[in-house]
Amino acid sequence: MPSYARPHTLDQALDLLAQGGHRILAGGTDLYPAAEAQLAGNIIDITALPGLDAITAEGGGFRIGACATWTTLADVPLPPAAYALQQAARQVGGRQIQNVGTIGGNLCNASPAADGVPPLLVMGAEVTLASAGGLRRVALNDFLIGPRQTARRADEVLIWVHIPESGLAGRSAFVKLGARAYLVISIAMVAARVVMADDKIASVAIAVGACSGAALRLDGIERGLIGASASDISDLVTSQRLAALAPIDDIRATAAYRLDAAAELICRAVAEAMQ
Amino acid sequence: MIRFMLNDAFVAASAAPTARLTDVLREHLGARGTKVGCDAGDCGACTVLMDGAQVCACLIPAARAEGAVIETIESAASDLALLQAAFLRHGAAQCGICTPGMLMAATDLRRRIPHPTEAEAMDALGGVLCRCTGYRKIIAAVCDATNPPDGAAQNGLGAPVVRLDGRAKVTGDSFGADHVPHGALTVRAIRCPHHHAAFRFGDLATFAARPGIAAVFTAGDIPGRNAFGVIPPFADQPAIASSPARFQGECVALVAFEPETDPDLTDFPISWQLLPSLMTPAEAEADGAPLLHPSRPGNRLIEGRVVKGNAASALSASAHVVQGSMQTGFVEHAYIEPEAGSAWMDGDTLTIRACTQAPVMDRDDTALILGLPPVRVRIIASAVGGGFGSKLDVSLQPLIGLVTLKTGRPSRMTYSRSESMTSTTKRHPSEIIGRIGCDATGRITGVEVEGRFDTGAYSSWGPTVANRVPVHISGPYRTPHIHARARAIHTNGPVSGAFRGFGVPQAALWQETLYDRLAEKVGLDRLEFRILNALQDGDASATGQILQAVGIGPCLSALRPHWARALVDAAANGTRKRGVGVASCWYGCGNTSLPNPSTIRIALSPQGRVVLNQGATDIGQGSNTVIAQIAAEALGLPLSAFTLIGPDTSLTPDAGKTSASRQTFVSGRAAKAAAEGLRAGILRLANAGDQAILSLEGATLHITEGSTTHAIFLAALAADAHGNVVTHQSTYDPPTTALDADGQGKPYALYGYGAQMVELEVDPTLGTIRLLKITAAHDLGRVINPQLATGQIEGGIAQGIGLALMEEYIPGRTANLHDYLIPTIGDVPPIESLLIEVPDPEGPYGAKGLGEHVLIPTAPAILNAIRHATGAEITRVPALPHRVLDAIRKAQKP
Repeated sequence: MPSYARPHTLDQALDLLAQGGHRILAGGTDLYPAAEAQLAGNIIDITALPGLDAITAEGGGFRIGACATWTTLADVPLPPAAYALQQAARQVGGRQIQNVGTIGGNLCNASPAADGVPPLLVMGAEVTLASAGGLRRVALNDFLIGPRQTARRADEVLIWVHIPESGLAGRSAFVKLGARAYLVISIAMVAARVVMADDKIASVAIAVGACSGAALRLDGIERGLIGASASDISDLVTSQRLAALAPIDDIRATAAYRLDAAAELICRAVAEAMQ
Repeated sequence: MIRFMLNDAFVAASAAPTARLTDVLREHLGARGTKVGCDAGDCGACTVLMDGAQVCACLIPAARAEGAVIETIESAASDLALLQAAFLRHGAAQCGICTPGMLMAATDLRRRIPHPTEAEAMDALGGVLCRCTGYRKIIAAVCDATNPPDGAAQNGLGAPVVRLDGRAKVTGDSFGADHVPHGALTVRAIRCPHHHAAFRFGDLATFAARPGIAAVFTAGDIPGRNAFGVIPPFADQPAIASSPARFQGECVALVAFEPETDPDLTDFPISWQLLPSLMTPAEAEADGAPLLHPSRPGNRLIEGRVVKGNAASALSASAHVVQGSMQTGFVEHAYIEPEAGSAWMDGDTLTIRACTQAPVMDRDDTALILGLPPVRVRIIASAVGGGFGSKLDVSLQPLIGLVTLKTGRPSRMTYSRSESMTSTTKRHPSEIIGRIGCDATGRITGVEVEGRFDTGAYSSWGPTVANRVPVHISGPYRTPHIHARARAIHTNGPVSGAFRGFGVPQAALWQETLYDRLAEKVGLDRLEFRILNALQDGDASATGQILQAVGIGPCLSALRPHWARALVDAAANGTRKRGVGVASCWYGCGNTSLPNPSTIRIALSPQGRVVLNQGATDIGQGSNTVIAQIAAEALGLPLSAFTLIGPDTSLTPDAGKTSASRQTFVSGRAAKAAAEGLRAGILRLANAGDQAILSLEGATLHITEGSTTHAIFLAALAADAHGNVVTHQSTYDPPTTALDADGQGKPYALYGYGAQMVELEVDPTLGTIRLLKITAAHDLGRVINPQLATGQIEGGIAQGIGLALMEEYIPGRTANLHDYLIPTIGDVPPIESLLIEVPDPEGPYGAKGLGEHVLIPTAPAILNAIRHATGAEITRVPALPHRVLDAIRKAQKP
């Protein structure tokens, strides 16, 4: 008989996880679509764990609880470097999904098209995984291994997403491309965070989603854009510099189109972040 | 036990903790106003408020509702009531299946933002899909729900009468899944997971003996003829297949579960052996290809043809000729209500209540399959949550019918979203290639065209598509020479059937994009080219029919000022390129060269009600209201005196199927005749003349002639077998003739016409399209109800947008509503409807059909606007961004 638990302390949750054989349920917006009448297996519902739905200051940066919903992320005041995250939050599914879907679930589900990932990557986000053995902190790009694959062990639960102070410089923007206006699963998406000095790019972080197994930071383009002004951008974003991406042909678009689109979206996201 | 507050009442349910909240509401608490469209958070039909915030109830674990406040469409909240009134006033509900979700999402919005802008309304409702309305009336209603409705109800012919079934639509109507007979068995189908596979059952008896399983049925249990089909001579589709199964999703067995047991199909004893599958008509027509049906060589179901004059020589003598091809894919109807229904025995009559567009056809097919005389099968149409052609074919009717007939117990079945998408019909994929020519002045000389349509594994409406396409191939343009062929080819794809337009939208994509190129060659404005060639009264159609009441000229002319304005606007190019496109439609209403009578009965009851027995199924388009408006006009009594009965095959005479844009025309004519007959019968009671005025006051009928009023106490009159005191029944069958070997004849008694203009913006770097405005001129002959008419136009346009820009069903890949994209509330631009009236003497009060016409011009007008903006010639839809970008680059090459 499958079990269901909705613990009210982290220790209870970790004890259950340590027993093995459990699935973690957060917002449910990925688990339920794949389910029959009920969820299969033993379920630990983490939405009653205290404090996990909040966003709090931490050092010079901030910390997002794993169960913070998209609506929460969109509505709370965040610094301009997190605008991309807020723009992404307003474009995940419809408002019904935004009201229950969580940032932690989005990361652990590890879809190549996860909307939350590029905005977090450009802020250098890290995640904290908790288990009965303790806490460990992992950089987000190390946490995401590939499509539907993460570094989370079966006895661990993702509890926090950390945005370091260094990730909060400048301003960010998010651009998502799909074939319809709402409920878009993206063909490609880009987040860019730009720090300006004297009308030129002092530093920039760029991440592209839906064009590789997991969203990627594009170091080559980032380096190439330092010192650039607005009019230089499109010449500096070349498809050679997108070589790290490995898009696929699927029902939404061709791989070749995705590369072209990614280049254009990078230009637009950077331009928007520069304003 | 889970306890929460449901609409101001404390409730408790003993649901499993991870059961979906939809299940708790509907199954445990009987609150079935909340609808289920996908169980995946893709459609938003199940939207409820949880602690004030909109959520998809299908994604909420029951346990999380503990202690929460849940508000649903059953709520009596005053702000919801204002929205419900606004939805009625604006015609924002058609079939009503998405309406509860829309209303709850709107309630959430208006509590956060009391006076929302259109953009805020779209953001708030972006998660709820609607397939009927095109969203514009929903947006208007949501932004205008501040005031209670003002007084007088609209009445009469031509008035925007609020739909008579509207109250039910805005409070959570009773669809196929919403009526559960006590003790009903839950029926589940075993479906083929492969495109083509042989199969063998293991130990069915042991499986059937599992606790909770009432019975298992296979093809061998079918007592009658295991072959159904909407066109009887072609009937070939088994209700339950015997080996091999010919398409993915085909039903091969049924399992009936006891109530309140988990319908678990794991380890059903069946083994599959994959067979080679033919997935395209090219493969299916190749030499030596295996035959899906041995009696159909070359896997050809049928070929339709129309030959008039000599197209080849006309084209060779033409000043200008353009040649081109067009390719379209499977398109899914994607109504938000998956097929659902229930069955029970009433004495020895098998009664089936389910969603349908064709109750009498369902009765006859189900009776044949189950080996029963038709009188022993009764079909009651539930409210229908969208149909668009697919609910013309039987789906679960014979399945639950079999279970109930064999077990003697009530049963019910609700398709899952993926079951609905894999097992029911699709729009035919098409490959069309041909030439069109014109003379030096731009007059069309001839058309030569060949179309190949993928009709899938079984016949369904393949013959209709093959016949309709050549008949309509000229579009509404004078074309002296025509050579047109269209063939339907079987593959192991899903069954292609009826979908709003029966192949004509696919053909219009081909012909209307070619007309733009032809106009350019001649040097004529694209709209003026169409006006020059527009059919006129007295012209002969492709089939040699002499036409009357031709409305295409007035429709195109009505666009002229809009066209001139739009061309100026489009010339102001920024980085996004703007374009304007136009396309037309014509469409014959009713069956092609086949009888399709409607019979309507109307009566006066002893209580003083007008009882309208109307068997025409209202699938959201509004026939309940339109037919009643026509009858009220002919009878001379107000709509408020009417009681509607039906559709129910045991109560209502046959008003035919809801398809082919025939209900306003054919059933409307029958209703007019029936009401005129009833009026004559009533006037005879007082020997009154035809000018007399009727009125009802309780059970007393007043017949006033000049200064004389006769009062007749109806309850004192003798009642007939139906319990009524005066009754009249009339039948109307459109006068048509058969088509000869060259497709010549009179296939339809009347045609409707229209033209649409699209303004859009192309992002030339990404290939994305943003629609700015659509202006739609449609000739309705006579407008019976402008609110419903514009609702049809807006909804048809939304489906045309989907066809043009995003919809393609790929078997085995897109059987859900996140991979199969239909337009959302942000994808339909403002629409301006221009209602044109060129009355046709054959139509009731001159009225013509509209339902399918409205979809036809949209997609070609979009492609024409893309070409105008960028030069890109799109020859395959949907015009997804990567295809548009490719076409733009091709056009830019020197």
